[in-house]
Amino acid sequence: METYTFLRHLADSWFLLAMTLGFLALCVWAFRPGSRAMHQDVANSIFRNDDRPADAHPANKEA
Amino acid sequence: MWDYLKLIGLGLVAVCAAIAANYAHDLAYQVNAITVMLAAGLAFLWVLRTAGDPKVTNQAEYFDGVIRAGAIATAFWGVVGFLVGVVIATQLAFPQLNFEWAQGYLNFGRLRPLHTSAVIFAFGGNALIMSSFYIVQRTSAARLFGGSLGWFVFWGWQLVIVLAATGYVLGATQAKEYAEPVWYVDILITVVWVAFLVAFMGTLFKRKEPHIYVANWFLLSMILTVAMLHLVNNAAIPVSIFGSAQVQLYAGVQDAMVQWWYGHNAVGFFLTAGFLGMMYYFVPKQAERPVFSYKLSIIHFWALIFLYIWAGPHHLHYTALPDWASTLGMVFSVILWMPSWGGMINGLMTLSGAWDKLRTDPIIRMMVVSIGFYGMSTFEGPMMSIKAVNSLSHYTDWTIGHVHSGALGWNGMITFGVLYYLVPRLWNREGLYSLKLVSWHFWLATIGIVLYASAMWVTGIMEGLMWREVDANGFLVNAFADTVAAKFPMYVVRALGGGLFLAGAIIMCWNLWMTVRAQPARETKHAFVPAE
Repeated sequence: METYTFLRHLADSWFLLAMTLGFLALCVWAFRPGSRAMHQDVANSIFRNDDRPADAHPANKEA
Repeated sequence: MWDYLKLIGLGLVAVCAAIAANYAHDLAYQVNAITVMLAAGLAFLWVLRTAGDPKVTNQAEYFDGVIRAGAIATAFWGVVGFLVGVVIATQLAFPQLNFEWAQGYLNFGRLRPLHTSAVIFAFGGNALIMSSFYIVQRTSAARLFGGSLGWFVFWGWQLVIVLAATGYVLGATQAKEYAEPVWYVDILITVVWVAFLVAFMGTLFKRKEPHIYVANWFLLSMILTVAMLHLVNNAAIPVSIFGSAQVQLYAGVQDAMVQWWYGHNAVGFFLTAGFLGMMYYFVPKQAERPVFSYKLSIIHFWALIFLYIWAGPHHLHYTALPDWASTLGMVFSVILWMPSWGGMINGLMTLSGAWDKLRTDPIIRMMVVSIGFYGMSTFEGPMMSIKAVNSLSHYTDWTIGHVHSGALGWNGMITFGVLYYLVPRLWNREGLYSLKLVSWHFWLATIGIVLYASAMWVTGIMEGLMWREVDANGFLVNAFADTVAAKFPMYVVRALGGGLFLAGAIIMCWNLWMTVRAQPARETKHAFVPAE
């Protein structure tokens, strides 16, 4: 098949469908049960370790 | 041992560059070769002077030196880029400023790519590299990967900027918008960018936090996509190894499509995804509350990734591009409006419950206005990608107005906010020198953007309407020169707006300089952590 026809079919048929389904699956995955606590933890992670790496933190020293 | 290898490598580069300068076919190539020779020579001297010094990287500290350098470079290249912008805006209003003695060097055609590359890749690029290094270390709770690899990325990027800028002025360009650098600069960009990716990914791999914070997703997608775009769009064969000319691998409409697939995604991933990474970290930090909805940020991310890459064809409406491709580009551009506004809402709502900060904190005000401009330009963009609107707006100044409300409003303002956030922290200072000056900067920049964008709307729609005006017999009413004459007042207003924006940036530089010079040092909890 010539390149043009191949790319055209790729762009407007099954590959478009596959990507749409992939996107929807990723969205649904974000809303899976039990994700709330994890997301809250990640959203707050920016307020930790502001001035030095975790290894150097006194609280983690014994590790 | 490693030092000897570095010395041999740098020496070879310097010698090869000297040979290349000798055999150069054109002036731009010769100047670039001499620049590379000098850069390699200086690096050689530096390595020689520090050879044998004990190299300790203190894993108990973040690698902040390179971020400090990045902050200086961002502010410096920002002012340079804005200045060149004001110069070419004035040249458009007053063509006499294309001086006869400077023809072929400092006329509008030579300076225009200098302006776009300076603001996008020098100002924006340094802002992205600086923020990436800051964010990835803090959110991974680990020192930047790769020892002094960060320094290679920083200095390599500055060399790219200098080579590209001097090349443009002397006539080396491959004439692709936002991808003007010639083949050997493209190779250097690739090397530096891969080092950037390694430093970033390496830090993510050794992270101490269980999850990768969403800002890093945006930054990583920026790094990966820009690498892909750069490699595909710059596929070219050099005419000679001793010259700056090259021949593109693609021709005709394929070349145009590849160029705008690159061009639009450079906007989409360099200027949008990367800066969204900055937004998702620095806005919550400055507001001192977590992002409004982490789930929304995930959906925002995936929607951008899946949609943006298809939007490029809207730059080629009513051309030789097949109709289906341009319709596809239009449809995806319009859909893109939704995730963009989702992201804008997410950024703005992060302040819910802390809106009072807008009155007291000019930095958060700057960030909020930048998110507002993100929303405005991501509404305007999809609208302009609709074929009927595009038939009026394309090739007019409306496009330039759109780009600048995004670039000055969104990218500029968020970068200023980030610089104001970072500089006191990086230099360990007790707050900024003057919040009043931040307010001055804020208002100068905002008024400048409003003048710029409104002038470009008026002149763009006016010239679009003038170009399509026909009389009763179907003849065009206006000559091209008539539209040029009619645009004069708006061009003066545009230059004035740009001047105000530049003045604001200069005030920022003064403020940041005084923050480092005159502000008392902050009491630290962590100074002099012993190396372990």
